[in-house]
Amino acid sequence: MSEVLALEVRNIVKRFPGVLANDHVNFALRKGEVHALLGENGAGKTTLMNIIYGLYHPDEGEIFVNGEKVTIDSPHDAIRLGIGMVHQHFMLVPVFTVAENLILGAEPTKGWTLNLDAAREAVRRLSEQYGLEVDPDEVIEDMPVGVQQRVEILKALYRDAKVLVLDEPTAVLTPQEVEELFVIMRQLTERGVSIIFITHKLKEVMAIADHITVMRRGKVVGTTTPAETNEQGLAAMMVGREVVLQVEKSPAKPKDVVLEVKDLVVEDERHLVAVDGVSFEVREGEILGVAGVQGNGQTELVEAITGLRHIRGGKVLLRGKPTPERNPRYLIEHGMAHIPEDRQKHGLVLSYTIADNLVLCTYYKPPFAHGLQRNQAAIVENAQKLVGQFDVRTPSIFTTAGSLSGGNQQKVIVAREFSRPIKLLVANQPTRGLDVGSIEYIHKRIISMRDQGAAVLLVSAELDEITSLADRIAVMYHGKIVAVVDADKVTRTELGLLMAGSKIAEAAPAV
Amino acid sequence: MSEQEKRKTTAGGALLRFWQSVSVPLGAVVLALIIGAVIIEVSGASAWDAYASLAKGAFGNAAGWRRTLEKTTPLIFSGLAVAFAFKAGLFNIGAQGQLLFGAITAAWVGFAVHGLPPGIHAAVALTAGAIAGGLYGAIPGALKTYTGAHEVITTIMLNYVAMGFTDYLANGPLKDTSPGNIVARTPNILPSAKLPTWSWLPFGFLLAVAAAAVVWWILQHTTLGFEIRTVGQNPHAARYAGMKVARTVILTMVISALLAGMGGAVETQGVVGRYEPGFNANLGFDGITVALLGKTAPFGVIPAALLLGAMRAGSNVMQFHAHVAQEITDVVQALMLFFVAADVIVRWLLRMKAAEEGEKITLSTGWGSH
Repeated sequence: MSEVLALEVRNIVKRFPGVLANDHVNFALRKGEVHALLGENGAGKTTLMNIIYGLYHPDEGEIFVNGEKVTIDSPHDAIRLGIGMVHQHFMLVPVFTVAENLILGAEPTKGWTLNLDAAREAVRRLSEQYGLEVDPDEVIEDMPVGVQQRVEILKALYRDAKVLVLDEPTAVLTPQEVEELFVIMRQLTERGVSIIFITHKLKEVMAIADHITVMRRGKVVGTTTPAETNEQGLAAMMVGREVVLQVEKSPAKPKDVVLEVKDLVVEDERHLVAVDGVSFEVREGEILGVAGVQGNGQTELVEAITGLRHIRGGKVLLRGKPTPERNPRYLIEHGMAHIPEDRQKHGLVLSYTIADNLVLCTYYKPPFAHGLQRNQAAIVENAQKLVGQFDVRTPSIFTTAGSLSGGNQQKVIVAREFSRPIKLLVANQPTRGLDVGSIEYIHKRIISMRDQGAAVLLVSAELDEITSLADRIAVMYHGKIVAVVDADKVTRTELGLLMAGSKIAEAAPAV
Repeated sequence: MSEQEKRKTTAGGALLRFWQSVSVPLGAVVLALIIGAVIIEVSGASAWDAYASLAKGAFGNAAGWRRTLEKTTPLIFSGLAVAFAFKAGLFNIGAQGQLLFGAITAAWVGFAVHGLPPGIHAAVALTAGAIAGGLYGAIPGALKTYTGAHEVITTIMLNYVAMGFTDYLANGPLKDTSPGNIVARTPNILPSAKLPTWSWLPFGFLLAVAAAAVVWWILQHTTLGFEIRTVGQNPHAARYAGMKVARTVILTMVISALLAGMGGAVETQGVVGRYEPGFNANLGFDGITVALLGKTAPFGVIPAALLLGAMRAGSNVMQFHAHVAQEITDVVQALMLFFVAADVIVRWLLRMKAAEEGEKITLSTGWGSH
């Protein structure tokens, strides 16, 4: 074989106290390919990438770049060797322009002053060379997320990256932006850049990857290509067993109305109307899915319903009774469970133990408190029960929530919210950023909640999630519900058109 | 069973965590003392003599212990005040002002109210002082909640208001009018309002330790403490969970200020015997140093206050025997605060040492992030 590999790691071992994070990992990246690194949360993908990027030192093993053995002690070494990394959370200065961000840390100067013209020129040159369209003078915070990501990629290219590591790049993108990213990735590989694409989304892997390496529990399970496998096969490799991608559920048996929203008007942070006269109802034993491109008022709608946001007009009724405004405790005590959109902001106190997070909403009630005094024994017992029941993978119930993987963090929230008797479940993006196993698990739990008679309001930007879970689908566009349709009487195309704002009659019959 | 299990799962990490939490303050103290020693040596005196006589003055005999504990007591209270507010994410710079109100209110109740039996009078004066401080702390709490005014700014400003107002009271309506008095001070409190001192042990010190225990209990074992810590760690999650964030913020400020006010009252009733402005200077401000040095933990505040109290108590002896100006203790104290705040320096130094020993403690939380 004459082929020189862009990057190769052999027998990498990395141990952390109590955990073998990388267990004799082998990985080979060919020149000009997109190589997907697939695995559940905690499988060891990020550890491996941190080793390649010089953030961790491997306990054993070797790294080769362009066929030569190298040691990478710091990101500085990695950059020097042409390895660039685009993190899941962008490392950009929001108030700086593209050009300013690009040169950060490697500023071209003219005498004593910054040479911004050179920076602009560099942006233009790279944009042209790699087919990445970006305006060098645009300020980062004014750009859509997808374009910000392009700037991150440009940053790596500016530092002469020949190997690009993209860590979960699609987690923050809309479906359209994902398409654009894939086009860009193709253009980059055509120009000789090799890409390691870290993800746990099977569809994307099938769509873009040349090779796929699957990791599970610190080991490489195997390397394959999209031609040789399918989503089912990949999911089985990842999880180690067959996975049900399509949730099974029986037809809904809706009964009494639990949640009724009437002419609801809600403002966003800038006091602009974000929810504009929305009305709908959710009944016992059914799932109402709210579909829509992100940013069409879903966040504000959910926050108003769950008592986190001021309501400017209209009403929210829970089992026929108007709910007091901005009073989450009233709602919680009257049977509402809420899986919030941002689990780290609203859902958890990251510095708290799992045990404390599991009583976050009920800490003041018996058995968790008697009067003012908290009952540690009951809190511990509750945690032990729920961690087992909801399969939270953690060394101990006294582990802090912040040190759990995203999937397990979400399981803690689900465990907490499902552990009290609930009449209404409001779930906003319940599986965002989670791995296949966790998604399957949470979907099953939501369906079983419905079957036990809860009314479920499900908001998601993932159309697949809506279509596979919801019994009825409300489509939101520009703060309004443009249609409510039966889930089994609507096609993806029709939903897509509705989400893009086309008229009801053109797309699908209203129900 | 569950408690045992808890101990089992965390006992190994507990020692490490304890070391991690005390290493920076200890390092800061040692560094400050070393730099203090250099300054003393440069100024021509013996650092060894200075520190030895400082320690002797603070702990050498019963009188030394008594002085030390008397100086320590108000610092525990003001340190607790700052630490408590910190748990809710609030930086109460206003302990000084709250302490002054506590001190002058206790003095007023102590001299103006007659006819109460000894223990009761003392308790009433102490309670009045605490309440006065607490109410004064409600102001920045309410301002923060209802107008969004940052508590650091409002408490700093309210310190000036408190200083001016208490000065006015001590020089005007509450002034000691006995013949021959020309300074600003209140009359002496009645014996029935005094807090006792048994040999070297001031009653106030016991109160301070008890206050630390109560604060610890509130924070760790009550629903209120859980709310306060949740608001401090993640106010969004607190609101999501149905906690009343505004109420918690105000209540935290009131309790914090109550502790500061109690510190002032104890100082008046246990040490000074009246209100006289100079005696309370900086007791509240030093609470910030104490709280940070004590890692804002209730039981961390006690040793931190004891250290500062001992330096205060021994500095006279040091000046007399080692001919080093007492102000060096202020320098050392400031350096301690500096190194606790700039903990990177201490961490850096400690890590160097750890690396030499071939040990690394830093990666313990690194792997689970994905």
